[in-house]
Amino acid sequence: MTDSSTTADPAGARAHARAMAGTRVEAMPTIPATAATDLPPGIASDDVVWDETIAAGGYAARLLKRGSRLRLSDVHGDGAVAMLVFNAERPVERLNVADTVKVQWNAYLGAGRLLLSDMGRVMMSVIEDDTKGHDAFCGASNMASNARKYGDGFNHGAHPNARDRFVIALAKYGMNRRDIHPCITWFKPVSIAADGAIELDVGPHRAGQHVTLRAEMDVIVVLANCPHVRDPRHDYAVTPVRANAWRGAITPENDPVRLATPEGLRAFENVEDYYRR
Amino acid sequence: MISNTPVPDLPGKIVHDEVVAARAPWHHLVKKGETLRIVDLEGNQAVDFLIYAAADDAERYSAQDTIAAQGNVYLTTGTQLLSNEGRAMMTIGSTSVVRHDTIGGACSCESNTLRYGHHTKAQHACVDNFLLANADYGRTKRDMVSNINFFMNVPVEADGSLGIVDGISAPGLHVDLVADMDVVVVVSNCPQINNPCNGFNPTPVRMIVAAGQ
Repeated sequence: MTDSSTTADPAGARAHARAMAGTRVEAMPTIPATAATDLPPGIASDDVVWDETIAAGGYAARLLKRGSRLRLSDVHGDGAVAMLVFNAERPVERLNVADTVKVQWNAYLGAGRLLLSDMGRVMMSVIEDDTKGHDAFCGASNMASNARKYGDGFNHGAHPNARDRFVIALAKYGMNRRDIHPCITWFKPVSIAADGAIELDVGPHRAGQHVTLRAEMDVIVVLANCPHVRDPRHDYAVTPVRANAWRGAITPENDPVRLATPEGLRAFENVEDYYRR
Repeated sequence: MISNTPVPDLPGKIVHDEVVAARAPWHHLVKKGETLRIVDLEGNQAVDFLIYAAADDAERYSAQDTIAAQGNVYLTTGTQLLSNEGRAMMTIGSTSVVRHDTIGGACSCESNTLRYGHHTKAQHACVDNFLLANADYGRTKRDMVSNINFFMNVPVEADGSLGIVDGISAPGLHVDLVADMDVVVVVSNCPQINNPCNGFNPTPVRMIVAAGQ
């Protein structure tokens, strides 16, 4: 400590801390969310409930009410957002990726598809998608996979892994690594060849591509934006992703996504039954 | 029920041999180096299968880690069954069924209502077996993850269409699993009667554990 230090006493340290206010970086939340700009057409600022840009290697979690819309935007085209979903009211109900593909008789996610819980209910539906596809099969990177590719995978280092990002995010909601279920990874299309081989279209893809989800129950979404576990590139390749959510109506009975398939309709009927109280 | 039929082609002495009844749950500690053989006694019987590390059961089988590491959705000879921490839990040794499933998940009362209608809600299901077997270890629903379905056939077509279709197993076919660490295996001998995974007729399976070399 020297006489020239500006943080040698509380008043100086306070002035130093306060002088940082107003700093803008790319990966940060918009507070208040109503100040968010570049909204989808027709969305009123007053209805925005969440606006946050998640860093490359970053994470975020948020409770969204039934009817909310969540748009994930791949701002620079190389996002890889691993997502967990929990019923906010009773988080022991969570996304079931196996049921999601099995019940819908299809392995690929896109517009019109549903995210199903392990209790036979629709948690979220995909209402808009201009991407090339997503991944329901490969799951989150972990410490071992990142250590193999980048030398380490620590949260405190330069190459965080998605699983340990989930651990931190879940801890803030009172959950732990037992609660990490199989996930979906947005923006990294995975298809399956006739012999079962995984084919990853790692990109980068078109900057600004996005997918919009509708919450069909009150949910906690947990996002980790880390390189895809099968990304063949040697560098830690991932770019920031914007999460933007706004209020919306609960899905009406005549909604085309609700009515699209008999299995999906029953998933909506089950969630509607759950909310009869 | 204990069977005493000799099993000459398994390594080491037989330390456990049991027939799991149709529709029943089962769990067993398989120690590192031991081989668990599952025999599809009557053919096309799905065996829903989870693995927990005996030392720390927050480490458990991960279908997604397993698929990502081998770059293929089908499980076959040589497949390492990985944990959520990326470690090998068991390795598939010999199997007389060409491939096994790990994308179809387990049937549940709740998913049955989606797939077949609400009239099936009261039918017994694999998730109920898993919950019951896991309860013996203090585990609960939050400990459930995507499972393996030995002897179950889930093809994926070019447009992503997938489904549980007629099986490719037959009476007496088997799969051997060599434990890479001490594990507790948790099984539901699938009771499903609304799709072909059990040939619409759930049947017993045999579980044999050999001590290894």
